[in-house]
Amino acid sequence: MAEASQFNRHIESYVDVSRSSAQQGASLDAIISLLKNDVVTIALLVRDMDMYLTTADNVIRARGILLLGETLMQLHSKPLENSTVHSLITFFTDRLADWRALRGAVVGCLALIRRKSFGVVSADDAVAVARSYVQHLQVQSLAQHDRKLCFELLECLLERHSHVVTSVQDHDFVYGILAAIDGEKDPQCLMLTFHIVELLVKAYPHSSGPVSSYISDIFSILGCYFPIHFTHPTTEGTDVTKDDLSTALMMAFAATPLFEPFAVPLLLEKLSSSLPSAKVDSLKSLNYCATKYGTDRMGKHAKAIWSSLKDTIYATGPEPPSSFSLDSQDAMENEIPTEAFGLLEKMISLDNGPFVSLITSDEDINTVFNTISSYNSYDKIPLHNKRRLLVIGHILYVSAQSSVSSCQKIVECFLPRLMEGLELSLDSTSSHLCNSNENGVLSRRTNFGSLYLSIELLKACRDLRISKEDLVCRINSQNDTWCCLLQRVCGPLSETFSSFLEKNEPANDDYLCLAVKGLQVLALLPGGNLLISNSTFEVILGKLVSVVLEDFNKIYLWRLALKALVDIGRFIENFDEVDKEMRYINVVVEKFAHLVSSTEFDLPLRLKLEALSNVGRSSLKYMIQILLKLEEVITTNLIAIYVEGNITLAKTTSQLLECYSTELIPWMQNNEGSEEMLLRFADSIWKTIESLPLTVCVNNKELLDAMIKVMKLAVACCGVESQNLIVNKAYSPFSSIISFPIPLEEFKLTQEIDKLSNRDDLVLSLFASVVIGLHPQAEVPNLRSIAHVFRVFFLKGNVIAAQAYGSMVNKLNPKSSVTETLEVFTLEQAIDMIFSKDSLDSFDDAITGLAWIGKGLLMRGHERVKDIVMLLLKCLLEYGKTSSLPLKQYSSDNCLEANECFPSVAESAADAFQILVRDSDLCLNREFHAMVRPLYKQRFFSIMMPLLESLIVNSESPLSRCLVYRAFGHVISETPLVAILNDAKKLVSLLVNGMSMLSNYASEKDGLYSLLLVLSGILTDNTGQEAVIENAHIIVNCLVQLIGYPHRMLVRETAIQCLTAMSQLPYTKIYPRRIQVLQAVSKALDDPKRVVRQEAVKCRQAWASIA
Amino acid sequence: MVSGLINANPVVYEKKERRQRPASISDADEYSAEAIDQLEVDIKDPEHPYSLEELKVISEDAIEVDDRRSYVRVTFTPTVEHCSMATVIGLCLRVKLMRSLPSRYKVDIRVAPGTHATEAAVNKQLNDKERIAAALENPNLVDMVDECLAPSYA
Repeated sequence: MAEASQFNRHIESYVDVSRSSAQQGASLDAIISLLKNDVVTIALLVRDMDMYLTTADNVIRARGILLLGETLMQLHSKPLENSTVHSLITFFTDRLADWRALRGAVVGCLALIRRKSFGVVSADDAVAVARSYVQHLQVQSLAQHDRKLCFELLECLLERHSHVVTSVQDHDFVYGILAAIDGEKDPQCLMLTFHIVELLVKAYPHSSGPVSSYISDIFSILGCYFPIHFTHPTTEGTDVTKDDLSTALMMAFAATPLFEPFAVPLLLEKLSSSLPSAKVDSLKSLNYCATKYGTDRMGKHAKAIWSSLKDTIYATGPEPPSSFSLDSQDAMENEIPTEAFGLLEKMISLDNGPFVSLITSDEDINTVFNTISSYNSYDKIPLHNKRRLLVIGHILYVSAQSSVSSCQKIVECFLPRLMEGLELSLDSTSSHLCNSNENGVLSRRTNFGSLYLSIELLKACRDLRISKEDLVCRINSQNDTWCCLLQRVCGPLSETFSSFLEKNEPANDDYLCLAVKGLQVLALLPGGNLLISNSTFEVILGKLVSVVLEDFNKIYLWRLALKALVDIGRFIENFDEVDKEMRYINVVVEKFAHLVSSTEFDLPLRLKLEALSNVGRSSLKYMIQILLKLEEVITTNLIAIYVEGNITLAKTTSQLLECYSTELIPWMQNNEGSEEMLLRFADSIWKTIESLPLTVCVNNKELLDAMIKVMKLAVACCGVESQNLIVNKAYSPFSSIISFPIPLEEFKLTQEIDKLSNRDDLVLSLFASVVIGLHPQAEVPNLRSIAHVFRVFFLKGNVIAAQAYGSMVNKLNPKSSVTETLEVFTLEQAIDMIFSKDSLDSFDDAITGLAWIGKGLLMRGHERVKDIVMLLLKCLLEYGKTSSLPLKQYSSDNCLEANECFPSVAESAADAFQILVRDSDLCLNREFHAMVRPLYKQRFFSIMMPLLESLIVNSESPLSRCLVYRAFGHVISETPLVAILNDAKKLVSLLVNGMSMLSNYASEKDGLYSLLLVLSGILTDNTGQEAVIENAHIIVNCLVQLIGYPHRMLVRETAIQCLTAMSQLPYTKIYPRRIQVLQAVSKALDDPKRVVRQEAVKCRQAWASIA
Repeated sequence: MVSGLINANPVVYEKKERRQRPASISDADEYSAEAIDQLEVDIKDPEHPYSLEELKVISEDAIEVDDRRSYVRVTFTPTVEHCSMATVIGLCLRVKLMRSLPSRYKVDIRVAPGTHATEAAVNKQLNDKERIAAALENPNLVDMVDECLAPSYA
């Protein structure tokens, strides 16, 4: 009973208009949950609400009915008995007449009609609803939300019970609908309206249906919305956009072919409007409707469509470029022409007979055909004609490539005329014009337009085949006239184009570009050697290759020719033309591969490599050829350099290696089946190395670096199996170094290995790069001695050995040997040895190496990284505090002031922190299969902060404090901002102190800048601002100081930006600082740099306006 | 207060392309100075929602800067001869320059000769620092000036 009284209270609360809408919503939810949980039934609800539903008070009755309606809306999946549904729908149908309480009735009807199962509205009831709807509702006089509900009801009725249209006889239902939707303006309602019309006409598609008599009325209501012009910003709560509306209207137009007599003329009329969006819309709608209306109906309008289409294309086509060589032919990014050509293609594919004949008999096109032959070169064609020429070229292309039969018609109609213009004979007896006499005639009579149009036609033939493979058989079997035509034309055309590229022809750039394009199209024509004989194909390739080899001064032409070759290569590969492929390899690939070693052509090496890698990338087969050649050249060069001492080759070879690592290896990574090649390459390099004599006098840093890089990448791209092979191969030359026993304890004694022979240095570096690239799973023989060797050389300052050791430490399985390795080698011992050595040439490098090892440990999250960090800090403090220890000698001009020269060891210890945390592309990254523990930077940050903080507080000399700050800067600037923000309060004061410390040293400008960036990150973040507010005064003091920082503009600029950001802080915190800031900033107005001055103006304004 | 706008239909010109300056932020010339040679002018017209540049009230050519002698002279052209807004425009220009230039500069603001009915009076008013200071004491005027200058700080 308690529940029942509760229930009544909810009802009262909802019906009471004086309650807030939140309260009403809450009580509605409560009622619904009671009903859902079967605590009360619908019948009980109706009985309890009896008074509210029937009272004479309009307001309360409206609320009551709405409550019932809303409740039903929410209970759409609750099973109801059919009798309940029937009585409810009868009630709501009845209530539709009650205009004062209309909304509830509409909502109720909608809720019931939408039900899909467990009690649905019967057909008769639906008819009753429809009848009542037509009889009582004056939709257009209602408010927007009510109209929307009414339309939803109508939409739902038509979707579920389309029979109502015929069943409501006494009042014409269709007429009622038209009255309801006529004059609608709201976008959301319009979406519904369009859909209603679509449903209505789709329900009765036949010309004898009940809708047919109203077709013209329906269209007159619908048509006035076209084209949709809707510019409201979407922010106004409506999520309807112009595109949604246009699409909905388009669907409505296309809903029935009966609209055709009205829609097509309207769309054509709007096509000629000056509004671009109207043009696009009508083109889209025409395209869509054409499919729906069908061939017969559209055929009637073919002529009209063609003429307005032509006008549109002429009017909106792209501006012809001033020089043909500059153009970008496929730049059809403008929407109108794109849509227009889409429609053209659709019309032709719908019925190709009549429409194509419209094109072939078109007067404009024929005029252009007649006039173009009088112009010799592109420049001489008047602008107006240029545009026509380009447009017609594209029209012909689009219409020819849309279907086989259209292609046939267009080729047959136009190609002979073009040939006539070019004075190429089509006489079947002399199908090849190769005697020199006629050739001479050709070059005199060439005209640009005809050539351009023939290329477009041939391009269409080419693309036709690409979309329809079966055409090939068609050409083979049937001797169609157009195929014969093509066959006869190809030879002479290719000769014409080739003749332009002859050196002795003084052709202009337009012709050269045209020739390259033409040759490309010809080479790609379908049908094996039917159209293009194999010898012609070879000639074409030869021409293009010679352009690439010789015309590198005209870089546009050069690129075009190279692209043509690459396209041809890719095409052959895709369509599996074995015959042509062989020729391609013979003519193009081998020639290019030969390029690398030959000095015959004066093509710059950079371009040679570009050509090579582009052609290679078009297919694996070509790539293999090129790689083999490249490998051969590299190994011969290496031998020449290292054995014969031919140092002049070093630069070329390192360029080749560079190309290998930056251009070819990334491609091979993405393409299956090239791993073998990488393996082969690594193998042959090692073979070469092995064959080197023991004494090598050449030591070229650049070449060595290139070799290291390529080796690292090649190994990294291989799978585990191949890596194992490479390691084994590399191990044998390497073992000769190991074979000298170098016990760590006797390190001091083995002075003789202090100086590595050049050969050993090479072997060591390359082996180290192999190790850097290895997978964690790869197996390395004799791990312990390798580690030992790396360790020895790292201590001697060999950085690459340190990197390799770091990689080993990072990747080795923790259970097996890494722990062991580390135990054998105690860091303290190592550092002692470093310290005890007399010569300190490589001291800095040893510290750097230590950092790399630390990085390896850090990334996998190993504990020992702490030891290394402590060691680095020790170095930093020991050497930082006093200068009596051995220092690198600074030359006097290097040392500007006494306090600006840091002990170099301490300096590299501080910079070691940068190596530790910064992502590197040399080694220890994902590419080289490093093990990376998530959030390792954050973890390191939290370990380091207390350490560094106490060091900063406790350090005695300003020098060492400055160095600690530098290390702090490295750590903090690499840590993600999120981690920093958590500790922002503590860090801000440290940061500020650090900045004021570092600003005293000119050499620390990078460190200063990175600290400043961290501060600005904190400043601009919401959580960081709390910390900033507390320390506002010290931050302002520091920033004001930095405004005058003389050594770096970026520091000044960022400092001022930070100040500008600070002007947003709470008034009480910053007002006391205002005068100070304004004075400082007004000085910055006179800064030597413009950017700083501009920032200063903004900052000054921001601070001036807080008063 | 005059009822209605003084120039209801001003001609709006397209903004002239600003002179291109070599963008040099490299470290190489860290210590080389870039002279102050141009002022960013995005001041809104007091009457219309156009900038002064769009109305051709001021143009880049009409601003003369001499960095060595710390001297700026701005010549502006009111849209109509009897424009009572000339003093307000001048005031905006002066405030903008005061806020954007180092204090060493002497600023001279003038109406272009022959473009205004009371040219001499306006010039005198604009270059009298007592009167400028007095004008800036007036909160209404300051609000108006700030509103005109707002876009120039964006």
